[in-house]
Amino acid sequence: MELTDEEKQILCAVRDSFEIPEGAYNFRVNGKSIGRKSTDMIEVNPKQEKSGLNIVIKPGTKNESVHIPVVISESGLKEVVYNDFYIGDNAEVTIVAGCGIYNCGGQNSVHDGVHRFYIGKNARIKYIEKHYGFGPGHGSKILNPVTEVYLDENSEATLELEQIKGVDSTIRKTIANVGNNCKITVNERLLTHGRQSAKSSYSVKLLGVNAKADVISRSVARDYSKQTFNLAITGENKCFGHSECDAIIMNSATVKATPTLNAKIKDAELIHEAAIGKIASEQLIKLMSLGLDEREAESCIINGFLK
Amino acid sequence: MLELQNVSFSVKDNPKMILNDFSYAFPESGLVAITGPNGSGKSTLAQLLMGVKTPTKGRIILNKVDITKKTVTERARLGVAFSFQQPVKIKGITVFELIDIALGGGNDPKEVGSYLKMVGLNPDQYLLREISSGLSGGEMKRIEIASVLARNTRISIFDEPEAGIDLWSFSALKNVFKKIKRNNPDNLIIIISHQEKILEITDEILVLESGKIIKHGKPEKILSFLKER
Ligand SMILES: Nc1ncnc2c1ncn2[C@@H]1O[C@H](COP(=O)(O)OP(=O)(O)OP(=O)(O)O)[C@@H](O)[C@H]1O
Ligand SMILES: [Mg+2]
Repeated sequence: MELTDEEKQILCAVRDSFEIPEGAYNFRVNGKSIGRKSTDMIEVNPKQEKSGLNIVIKPGTKNESVHIPVVISESGLKEVVYNDFYIGDNAEVTIVAGCGIYNCGGQNSVHDGVHRFYIGKNARIKYIEKHYGFGPGHGSKILNPVTEVYLDENSEATLELEQIKGVDSTIRKTIANVGNNCKITVNERLLTHGRQSAKSSYSVKLLGVNAKADVISRSVARDYSKQTFNLAITGENKCFGHSECDAIIMNSATVKATPTLNAKIKDAELIHEAAIGKIASEQLIKLMSLGLDEREAESCIINGFLK
Repeated sequence: MLELQNVSFSVKDNPKMILNDFSYAFPESGLVAITGPNGSGKSTLAQLLMGVKTPTKGRIILNKVDITKKTVTERARLGVAFSFQQPVKIKGITVFELIDIALGGGNDPKEVGSYLKMVGLNPDQYLLREISSGLSGGEMKRIEIASVLARNTRISIFDEPEAGIDLWSFSALKNVFKKIKRNNPDNLIIIISHQEKILEITDEILVLESGKIIKHGKPEKILSFLKER
């Protein structure tokens, strides 16, 4: 694989390494696959009719992972990619996605990634998605992810969705249908700066008996950036749903969070917590009293918050 | 070395003088207790010393230098440490990280853990916990004390260290103060407290009322004064 330094930097930011991983993978660079591998248990196949992959994880797969990073280093590239995951019964798998854009030109670069997960009975997945942008160009770096999760009986999905920095504009949609005895956990981490804007919406439907959802979004908005959150949970059965939206706001940034809880029967237990505010001055003072200066204390608090 | 000269403190919209023309030179070293009724100005005095608050009048002198306008960070680096009456919660920061910062960074878990042991906490159970809502009030308080012990500065100020701590740990805490005094005979340890058991181990007690010192002296004298009132 021939990669430029910028491309390597992106891969390191979104998945800690630019090396080819063990197990199944597909590396997509500037709209083309530059390397792909299936394993005995995981098939990675390109879609015929449109851009993207069909990834089939066979029933009973254990301790395996799939890496599908996306790199865009061509200014002005715009793409929509559909990746569908079919996760067999009793499978346990870690999926590492993530996308980074390096933009050195004047045109906008856009990646719209649609990820759909059809999760079988008693299966468990962990999905890690990191987004990152950088580059000297005037063109924007735009990432619009859609994540859809369909959980059959007794299955579990954990989503770690992170926007590290450098993404000028993002519209993020996360949808989940949660079946009997299934659980979805989402940890979203978002940092915006400059004049960036981020919109994130969740629609979680707790359809089955004992369906559970725990959606936690923590974000930091600095400079003139804007963030909007819409978190909706619907309970249609005896279920438990919790959402939390926690934001640190700095400089002239704005954050708007709108929760919606929709309980359709009395056994649906739904909770929302939200807190938006600047860094608490006691926190800064505590760390300064240990010897940090104000800037060090501030970045310590923010890094911890977004961890 | 640490001296308050005619320090007054009040806040906007409140005519009450929280500290009123307060002058006192702390001894060079040893254990000094500050006691007095709720609202008498003890925490305010500690916050003025640490730089969390700035006097409306007067000066604070440390080693012949006027530190009245110095920031919290500057005072911390000059060797002042402060254990807050209300420990602060910070999401995402672990007990390990907090104490490692206090030690100056880059320490191994064993070194960091030794300070937890001093306050009766098992490092294996606490090092990786976040200093946020998951910890109990007493646990937070002990970690707060450990963070100040870890700094091992010339001057340490403890604001009601015994508050929220159970009886067993209370006597252990008393021994911690005795031990730091023994091991660091040149250090000044200021303890704000309402507890006779803490007051009696100190070298000097100040009694505050309405922002003024109404009495100070050796524990025997002050404790009998407090009992007679
Ligand atoms: N920011 C403030 N605004 C108004 N009043 C204040 C402020 N800070 C302190 N005070 C008042 O100053 C007085 C002294 O407060 P301080 O916290 O120093 O008391 P304390 O002696 O530590 O009491 P305690 O034993 O309850 O801890 C109190 O009456 C308090 O209400
Ligand atoms: Mg007080």
